[in-house]
Order: sequence, then C-alpha cells, then structure tokens
Amino acid sequence: MTGSTSEGVLPGEVQTGSETPLLRVRDLVKSFPVRGGVGRRGKSFVQAVAGVSFDLSRGETLSLVGESGCGKSTTARCVVRILDPTSGSVEFDGIDLNGLSADDLRRSRRRFQMVFQDPQASLNPRMTIGQTLSEPLHIHGVDPAESRDRIRELMSLVQLRDGDLDRYPHQFSGGQRQRIGIVRALVLRPELIALDEPVSALDVSIQAEIIRLLERLRDQFGLAYLFIAHDLSVVRHLSDQVAVMYLGTIVESGSNSDVYDNSAHPYTQALLAAAPIPDPRIERTRPRIVLAGDPPSPINPPTGCRFRTRCWKAQPRCAEEEPVLADPGIGHLVACHYPEASNVITSRPDRPIGGAL
Amino acid sequence: MTGPLLSLSGLTVDFSVGDGVVHAVRGVDLDVNHGEVVGLVGESGSGKSVTMLGLLGLLAPNARVGGSALFDGTEILGLTGKPLRALRGGRIGMIFQDPMTSLNPVLTIGRQLAEAIEAHQPTLTGKRVRARVQELLEMVSIPNAAERIAAYPHELSGGMRQRVVIAMALANEPELLIADEPTTALDVTIQAQILDVLADLRQRTNTAMVIITHDLGLVAGVADRVNVMYAGRVVERAEVDEIFHKHQHPYTAGLLRCLPRLDRRGIDLDPIGGAPPRLDRLPEGCAFAPRCRAAIDECLVRDPMLRMVGASVVACHRAPDAVASLTGAGA
Repeated sequence: MTGSTSEGVLPGEVQTGSETPLLRVRDLVKSFPVRGGVGRRGKSFVQAVAGVSFDLSRGETLSLVGESGCGKSTTARCVVRILDPTSGSVEFDGIDLNGLSADDLRRSRRRFQMVFQDPQASLNPRMTIGQTLSEPLHIHGVDPAESRDRIRELMSLVQLRDGDLDRYPHQFSGGQRQRIGIVRALVLRPELIALDEPVSALDVSIQAEIIRLLERLRDQFGLAYLFIAHDLSVVRHLSDQVAVMYLGTIVESGSNSDVYDNSAHPYTQALLAAAPIPDPRIERTRPRIVLAGDPPSPINPPTGCRFRTRCWKAQPRCAEEEPVLADPGIGHLVACHYPEASNVITSRPDRPIGGAL
Repeated sequence: MTGPLLSLSGLTVDFSVGDGVVHAVRGVDLDVNHGEVVGLVGESGSGKSVTMLGLLGLLAPNARVGGSALFDGTEILGLTGKPLRALRGGRIGMIFQDPMTSLNPVLTIGRQLAEAIEAHQPTLTGKRVRARVQELLEMVSIPNAAERIAAYPHELSGGMRQRVVIAMALANEPELLIADEPTTALDVTIQAQILDVLADLRQRTNTAMVIITHDLGLVAGVADRVNVMYAGRVVERAEVDEIFHKHQHPYTAGLLRCLPRLDRRGIDLDPIGGAPPRLDRLPEGCAFAPRCRAAIDECLVRDPMLRMVGASVVACHRAPDAVASLTGAGA
C-alpha cells in the first residue's frame, strides 16, 4: 500500500549484512482521528506516518529530516512507544515490540529512551533534578546505591555538579536543562536514544556544546541515535544514515554522503538548496531551487507521488502511480519516477574556505 | 540622499526590573544607508531586537531609551503621538517573527491591509485602496490574490501569513524595512520563498532593510553589511564577506566555529564555552572577556571602544591579533 516495501534493500542492511539491526522498522503507519469542525460529520483520519521502513544498527546515527508535519517526530514516538503505531512493525534487537505484554514492554523500555526538544517542558518543575533522574531507576528496580553512583557519574560527564541535584529546573539555563534531559535518557544505560530536535531551541554556541556532548556519549557508550531534526547542517554533522521525509513517507535515504553529495529526489534537492551556508561567496554562486506553494494537508494527500504538487519535474505518471522507495542504480534509495542524482549544495568541487575558519 | 537613512548613535535601552536595572542595549552606533541590507546578528539577549523596538517606541513602559536615532536626518527618539504613528508603518515598515500574532485573527487580510493603507493615506478612495491591496498581495507573490483578499489569517499557511505581513509592511512604500527574524518560524523551503520575495522587493523598490536574526547562514545570503551584537553592544561591523572571512572579533570567530556546515562533514565544532553575562551585573572591562580565549589583563578592566581594524570596525583591545591567536588555542 505504500512506497516503502519490506522487499527493498534498506540502508542499514547494506551496511551490516546479515547481522540483526538494533532497530528494524517496517511499514510503520500512524493515523490520528481528525475532529470534525462545526457541522462536519463522520470521522476522518490523518496519516501522520504513512508506511515507513528503515533499519538502524548499533552505534550508528540515523537522522530523519523533513519539514513540519512530515511525520518525523511521530515516527520517533512510535519507535520508543510513546505512541502506539496503527500498523507495521517495530523490532528492537529482534523482538517485535507490538507483540509484547505491557509488562515486557515496560521492561524493554530501559533499552530505548528519548530526549525532547524543549527541556523546559520535559522536566517536572516541582521535582528536583535528583528526583527526576532517580525516578526511572527506581521504576526499573535499580538499587539506590547503584542509582546514586550512576547519576553522579553521568552528571560529571555532562559537566554538571553533584550540588545541582538538589536544584529545580528553573534554576538552570536552557543548555544545562538539555544536559539534564540527556542524563535522564542515559541513566538506564539504553542502547538507543531517540532525540527529537534536541538542539533546535538553543543558541548556536550552546547548540555546539550539546552536539559535541552527544558525539562524545555516543562514542563512549556505543549508543545508537535516532535523530529527528529539521536543521540540515546539524544532521550532516551528526549522522551516519539519513532519511528524508515528506508528508509521512521516506522519499530518499542513504548514507550521509549519498544524501548530501548525491541527492536524487527533487524534494531532497530543494531542501538542500534552501538551507543556508554561512559563507557569502558560496551563497552568491550556489544553485537555487525555490519550490512553489506549501506542503499539502496530510488529511488529503495528493494521489500518486505526494510531492508532485510542488515538483518542477512532475509528469502525468506522478499523479497516477506512487513511486516506490528503491535504488535507481545510484547506491541508495529514492522514491521518484524521474530521479537524477547530483550535488546541489555546491555546484563546484570542495575548495578551502578562507579566513579564520 | 547624502547621509545615511538611519543613524543610531549611543543608543541605550535600560529596563527597570524590581530593584535592579537591566542594561539591554549599551550604546549602539549603527548606520543604514539608502537601499542597503544590514544584518543585525547575535544570540538571545544580545539586544538585537530591543535596539530596533527601542527606536520605534515599541517597548514596555519600564524601558528607558537613550542616545540618538536620526532617520533621514531627523531625530526620532522621543517622538510620540501622530508623528510617531506616521513614521511607523509609513516611512518605516516592520515585519515580526510570528505572523500569526502580528495579524488580527478576526479581520480578513484584505481589511487589515486596507487599514494599513488608510491609516497613512486617508484621502484615497475605497476603490484605489482595494486596488492597492490586491497589488500588494501580488507583489509578495500570493497566488489568487483577488480571492485571498477575503481570507482570514487562520485560512492561510505560515508562509502565506508572513507574505501578508510583508505586504502590510510595504503598504505605504517605506524607505526602511525592519525585519525581526522574518523566517525563523518557517520551514526551510518556505524560508527560501520569503527570502526570494524580499530579494525581489529590494531589486524593484530599493527599500533599505535591517534583518535581525540569530542565523549567520541567512545573513551570509542576504546582507550587504553585518553588525554582530554581544551583551547589548555592536562588537564588530563589516561588509558581509569580511565578517565571514576576515573578522577581527573573537566572538565573531567563536560564533562561526560553532556552526555545523551543510557543505562539509567532519568539521570540529568549537563551542565558545561559558555563557553571556547577566545584563544587570555586567563585568568591568569587555563583556566578552570572561569567555574569550584571547583575553589579556587589559580586557578585564577596560571596555574596548569600536575602532577600525583592517576592513572591520571592531571593539577588541587585541585586534588585529585576537583572531589569529585563537587558531592556536582552539582544538
């Protein structure tokens, strides 16, 4: 029913061969009921995620990128089971999470955790940091002495002091609160962390600190990250694999360099061409692609290819036939009837950039 | 046409809060020439928005604005009542970050645009006003402008709403457009559309613009000159190429080293470290000194003035050696 199929070669599989990926998502669908407006009868549904498949290996970072409403956050929330998927499967280390009892699911949860965008909203303002951090350990039956040790160790890793444990969220800066959110995700020693826009609410200098911290923790603990972001520069910096989403489906996926240096889907190309580069000389000469219009409503997505209403290459076929996510012979997956791989970030070869950079 | 269109000198904004005073803007000098696009960049709390809101008299009553702001040679600080209203939305147009909160949800966009025109050109006939409304919507490339006139803000997407806000700012052919984070709330493909609209307007109308933003990438693409603000001051000003390639201030260098790049992978991000000072308890000396790797004793006791160094105007005691000295200290 959807573009992404279980038969297709997925990027994680290419990397890991026969080894079971840590995370294996197949044909994931999540629909939400849409409340009728005044005088509207009957219930309609919006497919926020409309059939998404991907693999994520241990220690790797897969980023889901796309604009508001593309379904990237909903996908992550289905993976860590903050939301229950409507259909499709999410396998964690070979275990289908759908098949688990509530108790087993709760026990598995320690292995996959989540960090949210807004650290202000995701920390309970009436609990001290110490209480917030020990709660998950208590729930999972870790003994208090061990809990204290783990929390101390992680606090020092993220450069917070022991004394901070007695303080409340409002006494911290945004960057510090995000460090606390990261510690909370780490206390259970998970193997996978879903990070939902973890740096987009932060100023650039703080953002750089958090990115560095995430890199260090990944290396130290062998973590896999499912990274959700709209900032394509941050994604380029942090990811091994990248999947570009549009209106609930993956339109292109592959390794970091596949997607950034050799993109083939027109939407990926438009996204990359629109993302600014902090260098005026490059900005003046790089190719520009300005898409017409806005993304259509996911309540009533276009027939065929979902991107066709904004695509400059659309043909009659695009309205009739939904393109399948497959490799058109370029080494990574694209869901487009007319893919053309090219480097749209800069039409010229890499050259050294002057100045103090 | 000889002098700058807008000229700020020693602009200050203080907020009285409880028993203290927050020095949000601490003496900003800034010129905007006719037809020029000036970027005002900085992080949260650097004073970039407050500077512009201050000169337009748009701050809360606990704000005190000092210094001088000449618009086309006339002092505009202290203006009140009719002359101030004639300026705002007349010769100076404004665009704010969130188009939803800048539009009235219960009026059609046509009505709101008409209001903006009538407020400044009360003698226009209804017919002329309606024609102008449609013309403005077309100018910002709103499709089916004739039909959209009757739409309410909630019926439009974020990008379309921001176009309406831009159209409103342009209603009376301003000489200066002040855009405060005009694309921050928008997705990147929509941001590209809005920047396109602004670039197009600039070509056709030669309107000067001040773009206030935290996004250095955006500034690289749109600005002619850039002012970098830190803790209520402009710390460096230069042509856009110089800001990115020959900057003299360690803070400018620090900001650029924090940025992940779309066009290159595997660069070493080099965070600045520390946090900006509290604006009610500023350190003596340079406000950036506590975070600065190039700081020397003098920086901690004496506040540097802006001076010309190379192609920049920079407030740093150690320029022109400051940035070079960082390269060794990094990593």
